[in-house]
Amino acid sequence: MGNRAVSVFVVILVFFAAWEALVRLLALPLHLLPPPSAVLLEIGAEPKWYAIHTLYTLYTTLLGFGLALLLGVVAAVGIVYSRWLENTLYTLLVSLNSIPKIALAPLFIIWLGTGTPSKVAVSFLIALFSVVIDSVLGLRSADPDALDLIKTMRGSRLQALWKIRFPGALPHMFAGMKVAISLALVGAIAGEFVASQEGLGYVIITAQSMFQTVRVFASIVLLGVAGTLLFFLVDLAERLVCPWHVSHRIKDAKALAGRA
Amino acid sequence: MSHEPSTGATRVSSGAAFVEIRGVGKTYRSRRGDVAALSGIDLGIGSGEFVSVLGPSGCGKSTLMRCLAGLEHVSSGEIVIGGRSHDGPPEGLGVVFQRDVLLDWRTVLDNVMLPIEVHRLDPSGWEQKARELLALLGLTGFEDRHPWELSGGMRQRVSICRALLMNPSLLLMDEPFGALDAMTRDELNLELQRVWMGDAKTVFFVTHSIQEAVFLGDRVVVMSPSPGRIVEIIDVTLPRPRDLDIRETPEFGAMVRHIRGLFLSMGVMKAARHGRGVAAVGG
Repeated sequence: MGNRAVSVFVVILVFFAAWEALVRLLALPLHLLPPPSAVLLEIGAEPKWYAIHTLYTLYTTLLGFGLALLLGVVAAVGIVYSRWLENTLYTLLVSLNSIPKIALAPLFIIWLGTGTPSKVAVSFLIALFSVVIDSVLGLRSADPDALDLIKTMRGSRLQALWKIRFPGALPHMFAGMKVAISLALVGAIAGEFVASQEGLGYVIITAQSMFQTVRVFASIVLLGVAGTLLFFLVDLAERLVCPWHVSHRIKDAKALAGRA
Repeated sequence: MSHEPSTGATRVSSGAAFVEIRGVGKTYRSRRGDVAALSGIDLGIGSGEFVSVLGPSGCGKSTLMRCLAGLEHVSSGEIVIGGRSHDGPPEGLGVVFQRDVLLDWRTVLDNVMLPIEVHRLDPSGWEQKARELLALLGLTGFEDRHPWELSGGMRQRVSICRALLMNPSLLLMDEPFGALDAMTRDELNLELQRVWMGDAKTVFFVTHSIQEAVFLGDRVVVMSPSPGRIVEIIDVTLPRPRDLDIRETPEFGAMVRHIRGLFLSMGVMKAARHGRGVAAVGG
């Protein structure tokens, strides 16, 4: 892990150094492509202001993601256990997914206003699909022998869900969540683009209209940091919740081998 | 060859059998018409008896076990266990599948304790029993390991512990050692016999190995395919405890040869000979 963090850091550092050198070498104007040093100075000049907008975007993203996770898993359980829900809800979800959900953002502004709820709604909707799809897949991949085993112990369907299907589905669910958390951020920004007074999406749109390119870049950098942070939060949760899964086992085994 | 009383198994006449399978048939419906998996199965199993059920793939031996476990409904006839006819998983059942079906997210001990959780019993009273069973099967020190840290043989031992934990009156085993290498298989045959002799449960042991069936069973039920039916029931009168050397004795050899003869006459073993050349079967 330590090695990986170091190599990622080195790659990022080299990327920014090359960018800085390129801008200086070609003497590009600030409104076209600012050097990373200018972007960092921009953030450093108004750290509190940027922090407020970043936190707002994170807040709507996490609300949207949390809702998608909660309702997505509940929907998946319903779809797996009910043929009727599979035929209706699941089919509907699959067909709705072919619509680019960002196109729905203006509608949510009309329905829910320009405040936080409309951003959360877009974020939720765009994140929901991958949670449902992967949860359904995970719950369905339960070992039939294990389900039979519970039956021979005269266990209930609820016990089969809770003791066999759900723990077995967790790795799939986390795969879905990793996609969903990034999409939730996209949704939140899309909502802010359409109409807002807060958030990094709002900062980007207003800065762009005034050709404040440095400010746009500062927001993008912060979005990158926020997105990475969110992804690794889900990754960390996965390690804590299902350390038994194959993908972690191999790494652990390597770590053990490395230590020996 | 007389049956040795030292086994601890009590042979009950079919009238008072613990498990009674009466005229059981099982038919699957498919698009190409009905397929008969089992037909006219009659079998009584005495309390504490070890019955090996032997047959080639597709003879319905696993289907019969699934009917006993209440995982499949019978199409005709009935199954009576402990005097009660039932059409669902009976009480006091222990099942060992071919695959160990251990849950990866649980430790060895928690896997063994699964039936206690499903029955909503107080785990504190059962943990000691679980540890004792693990010790009996040579798994002391592995209680807190996870299944993926164990070898195939050890995993199957854990699943046997899980099946035995609640002291089942009927133990169903579906080719439990079929996926193991020959040496581990021998070892587990000996251990299963030892455990069973210590506490004689009624065992319904499905296998496709003639040697294993004869080595473990009080009786060997030989089945033939399409539709699955019982061809012959053979009393195994070899004394217990049986060690691996018993497989070299003339009595053992005669029984194996007799059963092989049954399969040859059914035409079941031709397929095996076809793949390997003609010389294999003869003695």
